[in-house]
Amino acid sequence: MKIIGTGCSHPQKIVTNQMLSQMVDTNDEWIVTRTGIKERRVVSSETLEDMAIDAARKALGNAGISAKDLDFIICSNVVNEYVTPALSCIIQGAIGATCPCVDLNGACVGFLYGIDMAEAYYRSGRVKNVLVVSAEEPSRMLSWEDRTVCVLFGDGAGAAVLSEGDNILATRLTASSSTFSLYQKHELQPSPFNTKPNSNLPLVMCGQEVFKFAANASISDVRYLLDKTGYQPDAVDKYLLHQANVRIIEMVREILKQPKEKFPLNIQKYGNTSSASLPILLDELNREGRLKEGELIVLSAFGAGFVSGSCIMRW
Amino acid sequence: MQVNENLVKSIIANKIGVSENEITNATKLVADLGADSLDVVEISMALEREYNVTLSEDETAKVVTVGDIIAAINSHLN
Repeated sequence: MKIIGTGCSHPQKIVTNQMLSQMVDTNDEWIVTRTGIKERRVVSSETLEDMAIDAARKALGNAGISAKDLDFIICSNVVNEYVTPALSCIIQGAIGATCPCVDLNGACVGFLYGIDMAEAYYRSGRVKNVLVVSAEEPSRMLSWEDRTVCVLFGDGAGAAVLSEGDNILATRLTASSSTFSLYQKHELQPSPFNTKPNSNLPLVMCGQEVFKFAANASISDVRYLLDKTGYQPDAVDKYLLHQANVRIIEMVREILKQPKEKFPLNIQKYGNTSSASLPILLDELNREGRLKEGELIVLSAFGAGFVSGSCIMRW
Repeated sequence: MQVNENLVKSIIANKIGVSENEITNATKLVADLGADSLDVVEISMALEREYNVTLSEDETAKVVTVGDIIAAINSHLN
């Protein structure tokens, strides 16, 4: 397939490091040196579905196709207020599409799981146009009293429209179960038959373990794709890494011996927006004209599970 | 096989941005060199790649001095 359009949507509320330093024991210098984040957007009066729909509409507009032309909608999302129906079905109705839809939870890697699924459906001859939307609100998964976690995340939505083409050269998905390294539990509705305690835990993150997994997985995934497609690291024009922590991105860059310009960043503005981070970054670069036709682009993400995913494509 | 202590000190010096001459086995990474917790993880990962070993989270958490990290890597080489 080929990405023919991108879009994104952000909450209005900007939460700066300075604002966080008045809520928990932290400061701008601590957050910036350890993460690269200066501010993040956080959901207040908006709904996540509204942001997902906005990003989807912008991607369709950028692609220049109608929602009626879509053959499949894939929405990656970790949590939203609707347990059912799927967010993808809500998006479908709002944009006026009539195609099948499915949600997937691939944690921060969800967008690349969506790209991989879209490509697989396309290769099997079942679809021509696919919308992949990633919409996330991690600000409502975590404790705003936990200074090790609340500084890291932001909310947002990003989307991409894929159509016919051979631009996706290879993808790689991995999973290696490590449940309690990064997890959250939420209460379900009470049942008179349930004998287990209902647990409601904000996001728990073993930071150093996650950091190590993320950097190692990204390096391994990128090398795998380069080996598979026969390219050297220098041949890649841009490496788009999940915007989780600038130090993970820096480590990958140094190991691949590549210049900073090849690793675009927007983490300073948005923090870690989970699976929305890659389509948001992709949309920013696309609209700023920083992606040239034919450029070789590698995308890489890593997240709770643990899972990782990567893709090498021509723009 | 034992780790090359000069290489370890060179990796630490580059990471933290200090002179190798300031680093001895007794030097404390955080207290003396001003490393943060991610610096310690990054130094551990650099040494893991260099010697093709894997330190556990507990082993990394126990590292205080340069000597500690050398000992941790050596324990996987012997």
